[in-house]
Amino acid sequence: MDKRKIEENIFKILMIFSTSIVVGSLILILVTIFLKGFPALNLDMLIKTPKGGYYLGKEGGILNAILGSIVLGIGATFLALLISLPLVFYLNLYLKKNSRFALLVRFLLDVLWGIPSIVYGAFGFIVMIFLGLQASLLAGIITVALLILPIMSRSIDEVLKMIPFELKEASYALGATKLETALKVVFRQALPGILTSILIAFGRGIGDAASVLFTAGFTDSLPHSLFRPVATLPLAIFFQLGTPFPEVQERGYASAFILTIIILIISIASRILTRRFTRNIVK
Amino acid sequence: MNKRRFKDVFASKLMFLLCVFVLSLAFLMAFGLYQRSKPILAIKSVKELLFSSKWHPTQGQFGLSSFIAGTFWVTAIAMLIAVPLSILTAVFLSEYVPKKVREWIKPVIDLLAGISPVVYGVWGIIAIVPLVRDYLMPFFSEKLPFFPFASDNYTGFTALTGGIVLAVMVFPIIISIVEEVVRSVPFEIREASLALGATKWQTVKYAVLRKARPGIMAAIILGLSRAFGETMAVLMVAGCSLHGFPKSIFDTAYPLPALIANTYGEMMSIPLYDSAVLLAALFLLVVTVLFNMLGWGLLLYVERRES
Repeated sequence: MDKRKIEENIFKILMIFSTSIVVGSLILILVTIFLKGFPALNLDMLIKTPKGGYYLGKEGGILNAILGSIVLGIGATFLALLISLPLVFYLNLYLKKNSRFALLVRFLLDVLWGIPSIVYGAFGFIVMIFLGLQASLLAGIITVALLILPIMSRSIDEVLKMIPFELKEASYALGATKLETALKVVFRQALPGILTSILIAFGRGIGDAASVLFTAGFTDSLPHSLFRPVATLPLAIFFQLGTPFPEVQERGYASAFILTIIILIISIASRILTRRFTRNIVK
Repeated sequence: MNKRRFKDVFASKLMFLLCVFVLSLAFLMAFGLYQRSKPILAIKSVKELLFSSKWHPTQGQFGLSSFIAGTFWVTAIAMLIAVPLSILTAVFLSEYVPKKVREWIKPVIDLLAGISPVVYGVWGIIAIVPLVRDYLMPFFSEKLPFFPFASDNYTGFTALTGGIVLAVMVFPIIISIVEEVVRSVPFEIREASLALGATKWQTVKYAVLRKARPGIMAAIILGLSRAFGETMAVLMVAGCSLHGFPKSIFDTAYPLPALIANTYGEMMSIPLYDSAVLLAALFLLVVTVLFNMLGWGLLLYVERRES
């Protein structure tokens, strides 16, 4: 066997090895979380709020954090959508294809996407003080909305780029304005892709802890007001693992299992949605 | 002007304003953080804050350098692990594997990107901490008792643990960018190389990877910047106790983002403390924005060159 063939084979083996490590690490994460979390899970965790001494091993559950995360996630996703949808429509319909301004906005969205969530958390904290708020659901929603804005805008942007130009032309030819085209033609055509982007952003928002640490606070009660602190699932996991009691740490594993399941469901749902809705789309 | 036309113009103005908001967001963040870190910048020099390693908030000493060193240390370990594995995986997926297998593996890697940082932290505590404590640490510190392996930290909560967890977290970013860049290399280049009698790997090494080099650089920079700012997972597994610069991969490391996250409770109770912590956030912001501009700029340059 000549030298080139040996080199070829060595690198092939290395590549297979690397791919197995990458795919294997995901499987390992899911398996570990399942094996450690599932046995520790019980119904009380899902339907009860923490009673006094929960973090010392007494009874209760983390319903406050589950609901808190969902409410905060929905609020933040909605707020981010309010900003990103018009923004992306503007980039794709109102600006010319080679517009330098659009290029700049896309570039900055990419850069914003790379800013760590802890920095968003610190900025949210400043905004919160500036507005005279305390750590609250509202402050958390604003911060997480800013955090997921870039990822949401960029993924909706990719969807709108795919819309065939003929479709817009047909609408313009019928005398529709750009706004009417955006809302009645492009939006409908892009809806499945937009829903997928929303789910991706929601999943990102619900899983992030560093940004809500300063801004949303933490509480043992269920979310009931925009101006009160709210518990979130990632922080509940973090706090439970931070205690020195094994039984509380077990619950931390169970909470991590719940969070992972929620994110898996969102991710699978977005895939199914994409498939189901693409059937009704003009290609 | 009729009503429909007016609506259209009005909406476009509003949308333009939203664009301006996004454009100014990074500046707003920098400005806000700068305003809040002014009190400490007024009495201490930037040099002292960034290069002194004396961190005693109660005595008014706020040297951030050991945290910055901790960040670099953990990030470097993560990149040493992640870069070769990710590039090999990306090349394998785009050049060697049939389309069907790729379509099966890609969603799995995307899923990796969606998992919560805290869940990574939990996984690190359950799986990686014991691995480092029971196998890697005893093996290396016995067989190779010198820099960078010698350490007296036997807990398993080490810079290496943080680095391993971070590496897994940046896999998806590096892989997806490298894969895209490699696949955008024109097919004719491969054909020409193969026609000259090169093997598949030679083609990849001398033709494809060479053409894709700027894009791969960009992927590495972006992965690096993600690792640089990652907070919760590192906070949970890297030990995060402070004793000067880390001297071993088995020492604990206390990166900057973890410091910011750890101080949320006490920040307001000590004078200048919040100022110092927000200055740390400003530093993180500036570094990651610069990295990202470089990375995305490189990718734009590559895209332009192609078309």
